[in-house]
Amino acid sequence: MAITLDQTIGQKQRSWLASILGGQTFWVLIAVILACIFLSVATDSFATSKNIYNITRNVTFVAIIALGMTLVIITGGIDLSVGSVLCLCSMVLAVVMHAGYSIEIGIAASIGTALVVGAFNGLLIAYLGFPPFVVTLGMLSIARSLAMVASNNTVVFQFGPDHDKLLALGGGAWLFGIANPVLYMIVLALLTGFVLRWTKFGRYVFAIGGNEHAATLTGVPVQMIKVVVYMISALSAGVAGIIQTGWLGAVTTNIGAGMELQVIAAAVIGGANLAGGVGTAFGALIGAALIEVIRNSLGLLGINAFWQGSFIGGAIVLAVLFDRIRNLRRDE
Amino acid sequence: MAVLELTNISKHFGAIQAVNDVSFSLEAGQVVGLMGDNGAGKSTLVKMIAGNFRPSHGTMSLDGTEIVLHKPKEARLHGIEIVHQDLALCNNLTAAANVFLGRELRRGIWPIRILDYKAMYKRAGEIFRELKSETRPRDLVKQMSGGQRQAVAIGRTMLSEAKIVLMDEPTAAISVRQVAEVLNLIRELRDRGIVVVLISHRMPDVFSVADRVIVMRRGRKVADKPIAASSPEEVTGLITGAIEQV
Repeated sequence: MAITLDQTIGQKQRSWLASILGGQTFWVLIAVILACIFLSVATDSFATSKNIYNITRNVTFVAIIALGMTLVIITGGIDLSVGSVLCLCSMVLAVVMHAGYSIEIGIAASIGTALVVGAFNGLLIAYLGFPPFVVTLGMLSIARSLAMVASNNTVVFQFGPDHDKLLALGGGAWLFGIANPVLYMIVLALLTGFVLRWTKFGRYVFAIGGNEHAATLTGVPVQMIKVVVYMISALSAGVAGIIQTGWLGAVTTNIGAGMELQVIAAAVIGGANLAGGVGTAFGALIGAALIEVIRNSLGLLGINAFWQGSFIGGAIVLAVLFDRIRNLRRDE
Repeated sequence: MAVLELTNISKHFGAIQAVNDVSFSLEAGQVVGLMGDNGAGKSTLVKMIAGNFRPSHGTMSLDGTEIVLHKPKEARLHGIEIVHQDLALCNNLTAAANVFLGRELRRGIWPIRILDYKAMYKRAGEIFRELKSETRPRDLVKQMSGGQRQAVAIGRTMLSEAKIVLMDEPTAAISVRQVAEVLNLIRELRDRGIVVVLISHRMPDVFSVADRVIVMRRGRKVADKPIAASSPEEVTGLITGAIEQV
């Protein structure tokens, strides 16, 4: 009896292989790979280094913000303000640098703005009990309006004395010809993955999404963690904004418009559950990759661009459908 | 000697007298059933012991020393643990993660202190073994039976050297077979010399596992006797008021 009990306790219900095969992220990854193989065969232009370079770089902006969004979604929240925050942070950077300040000051101002916006969202949600949807919907409107105020709704394309540095930061390829934004994305994804898996903070993020009341009862600093999570989300939007500014070489007040939906789609396709408690950093990248591959392929296959929304929407529903089917089977 | 001694404890919220002049003592290795109808003052009493409320009057002493509890955390430091009625579990985490929630083990040197999965799985496994519960530390709580979920919630109380474990309706929402499992868990705790206070509506559970029964009615203690000297009929009478006091 003692041996059987020990054996039972030592066991794991699902092997690592089974848990990988059972994950939504895995199947989305397979879809991305299959799509890439198909496109390489079906078109001459997909597997060219120039196209791959473009795809990887285009993925990054959505992917970086999806990393922050994944944290928010795991806690059971949502951040609708990221597109506008990206715009505001880009504009702060642009305006500060345009005024003649160095790139360091520009980036510091931009990051500072992101953190203040995130803290504002987080404090209202965590301490005053506002629904995340409402607070961040308000911020979606406020942040873009502030960007218009800051720039007087003009396009900024002169970035003062450090103009070239900024363009190199976003548009260069410092390592093995990989576009810089891709490098930033990989570093940030590894960092997010590490935090989620190996730190107390990451564990609490999952606990809050799983059962906020239980987390409170067991002494998890729920409110503080929530504030930090919304700050990270805004920060990821700010970082993406800085990189995107360097890449585009110009900032308008409509960049990032509607981006929150793409970001949420990427996180959800990658396996984050809007009910909270589930999500991974890797999933966010895979989700963003699938969206970009769909977009890119429609162009290459000569399909009317108006179909793009239908395909991306279909991908969202399909990805979650797999998850629902698995859960239904388990519930029976 | 008594582990916990309550002397003339009262609690009122404004004009409402929730607990009125209650005294009793709890001894090591005893399971005490705390019974009473809704609003009889059981929860208020337990919440005072767990540090959620402060008594309006009266004193509590632990191992002969008077204690005043301001927060649940202080009660925990004194070795008083509570298993909440809803168990306070996160379904999306593993059994081990739930046991250690809020008290995670970490390794490494500051500032890079990472979660020590191996140590937590090992310790959680030891706890489940002590509880003789077939609960696997690496499994998600989502997939567990009611009895296993109880084992996880009770496992939390065994991380530190608990002296008193307060259990709020642990058998309220689970199947008959799982009830037997939970009652066994309670006996395991008792055999380790822990005082278990079992708050329950279920007469058969209290009579099969408790050594003593305390009955509350309208904020007052109306009975406190060995289970062997009582009967379900008598306790029912005491709860409803058909029997005034014994």
